[in-house]
Amino acid sequence: MTPGEDKTIPETRRETGDESREPNSSIPPSTLGARPSTVLTAPALTVRRLSVFFGDNQALKNTSLDIAARAVTAIIGPSGCGKSTFLRALNRMHELTPEARVKGEIRLFGEDIYARNVESVTVRRRIGMVFQKSNPFPTMSVVENVTVGLRLNGIHNRKLLAERTELSLRMAALWDEVKDRLHAPAISLSGGQQQRLCIARALAVQPEVLLMDEPASALDPLATAKIEDLILELKKDYTIVIVTHNMQQAARMSDYTAFFYLGELVEFGPTAKIFTSPSQKRTEDYVTGRFG
Amino acid sequence: MTAPNHRWRNFKNAVVQTLTFACAILVVTPLVLVFYHLISQGFSSINWAFFTQLPKPVGEAGGGMANAIVGTFILLGQAALFGVPVGVLGGVFLSEYGSSRLNWWIRFAADVLNGVPSITWGMVVYALMVVPMRGFSALAGGVVLGMMMIPLVMRTTEEVLQLVPGGYREAALALGIAQWRAIVQIVMRTALKGIVTGVLLALARVAGETAPLLFTAFGNLGWAHKLTEPIAAMPLQIFIYAISPYDDWHRQAWAGALVLLVLVLAINIGVRFLTRDRFQKQS
Repeated sequence: MTPGEDKTIPETRRETGDESREPNSSIPPSTLGARPSTVLTAPALTVRRLSVFFGDNQALKNTSLDIAARAVTAIIGPSGCGKSTFLRALNRMHELTPEARVKGEIRLFGEDIYARNVESVTVRRRIGMVFQKSNPFPTMSVVENVTVGLRLNGIHNRKLLAERTELSLRMAALWDEVKDRLHAPAISLSGGQQQRLCIARALAVQPEVLLMDEPASALDPLATAKIEDLILELKKDYTIVIVTHNMQQAARMSDYTAFFYLGELVEFGPTAKIFTSPSQKRTEDYVTGRFG
Repeated sequence: MTAPNHRWRNFKNAVVQTLTFACAILVVTPLVLVFYHLISQGFSSINWAFFTQLPKPVGEAGGGMANAIVGTFILLGQAALFGVPVGVLGGVFLSEYGSSRLNWWIRFAADVLNGVPSITWGMVVYALMVVPMRGFSALAGGVVLGMMMIPLVMRTTEEVLQLVPGGYREAALALGIAQWRAIVQIVMRTALKGIVTGVLLALARVAGETAPLLFTAFGNLGWAHKLTEPIAAMPLQIFIYAISPYDDWHRQAWAGALVLLVLVLAINIGVRFLTRDRFQKQS
């Protein structure tokens, strides 16, 4: 567990959602002085005693950990170990599965995201998600895909939408490739471009946390490298949690690594430590490729 | 591993193949026969007057079915106005909301309704609308066709919505989009062609219904001036002409049947056209 776990967290960002934030602050203030990621700040997410059940089957067991702000936290582990289950609990995606139940507590900058008076829609606006399979909306153009999150939340200011489009596409390192065909159908892009478009789409609503569920596993090595560069760039502004099957990817990109096995959090700590001197035998076996 | 073994197996295969092919041909044959018959009997009676004039009294040659053609479109329009929103929204409920147990019952009810004889629908609407309103009316005809469309449209809408990958729903919700908006603007938009296809097929299906209209729209040899008056419809007119003893009316019935079949065929071809590039990349 990261240090600072037991301290009460000062509520650094009390805003409740997108609406209350300055709509024109296109660049979050943090870019001005990006800290080295090894410096610990108040965690973005604090997870306490989190359990997830699907019917009678417990997929995640009593997990507690802190996700550091403006850093990349990698979730690793063999298939079926609860990685994605954990990730999806972080933005209440399990609510779409009728038989799923979530127990425990998750706080985003101190606010209980499962509190009775908190809408899942508000949570998901603050905690965005990118999926394994790129899923740009097939009936929409490139630009419509980027702005869909804003438009369907009632933002129709053309100037703002245009600004956000460019900014999001630039942040997703896609602007130069698509700026001349913003109105082409999104599904005419290549696979790697589609995934970066999905990242741009998630960024356009300016979430505080970005969850990524194996975002590069369906891509070729070149496209994967682009996504990885992009994630390293994004962590200056965003808190990123990434599920990955690729051990090298976790080692290259993340600041913290959590190793899950059979629904339990086995070990969590700075990535360098997990990969070089893990304290658990199971972690060592997994990261050295002896099983999994 | 011996040759006779192979021969026996090949023989069985050939038998099954021939049998299935013969049955497939049997499916197509009626369409060809019907078309041949209608064209040979009805084509000569199709002329400008057929589309523009009212029926003439018995004994007078000529005349047409203009009122019945317009009547059919008015009835279909009313049916769509009433049946499409209910059917589509019902399908959305089945696909996107609803618990599995409740859905099982709704689906079961819809499937039973799809199998209800059309004359029963006519009787139901007769009791519910014609009797209280004290008269046959175009309105009642539209309602009965709309009611017949609802279960059809509901099931096809549900099916095409289920074809939309769950990833789009998740992606939309992960953007903090409210569920109803995600359904309307993303899921339904993705499945739009399929929904329209289902609606058109349901329209084609009820376009030729006769029995329910006997109790509701009733038929009219002239124009209907209000929706509360009885109205003519092509299937009704064909029915009335066909059971009459007059050769002239028989010819009109053939021509009407041909026009009705062409209408249904046109809708079906329209559907093919719509669904043609369903999963191709747009450019």
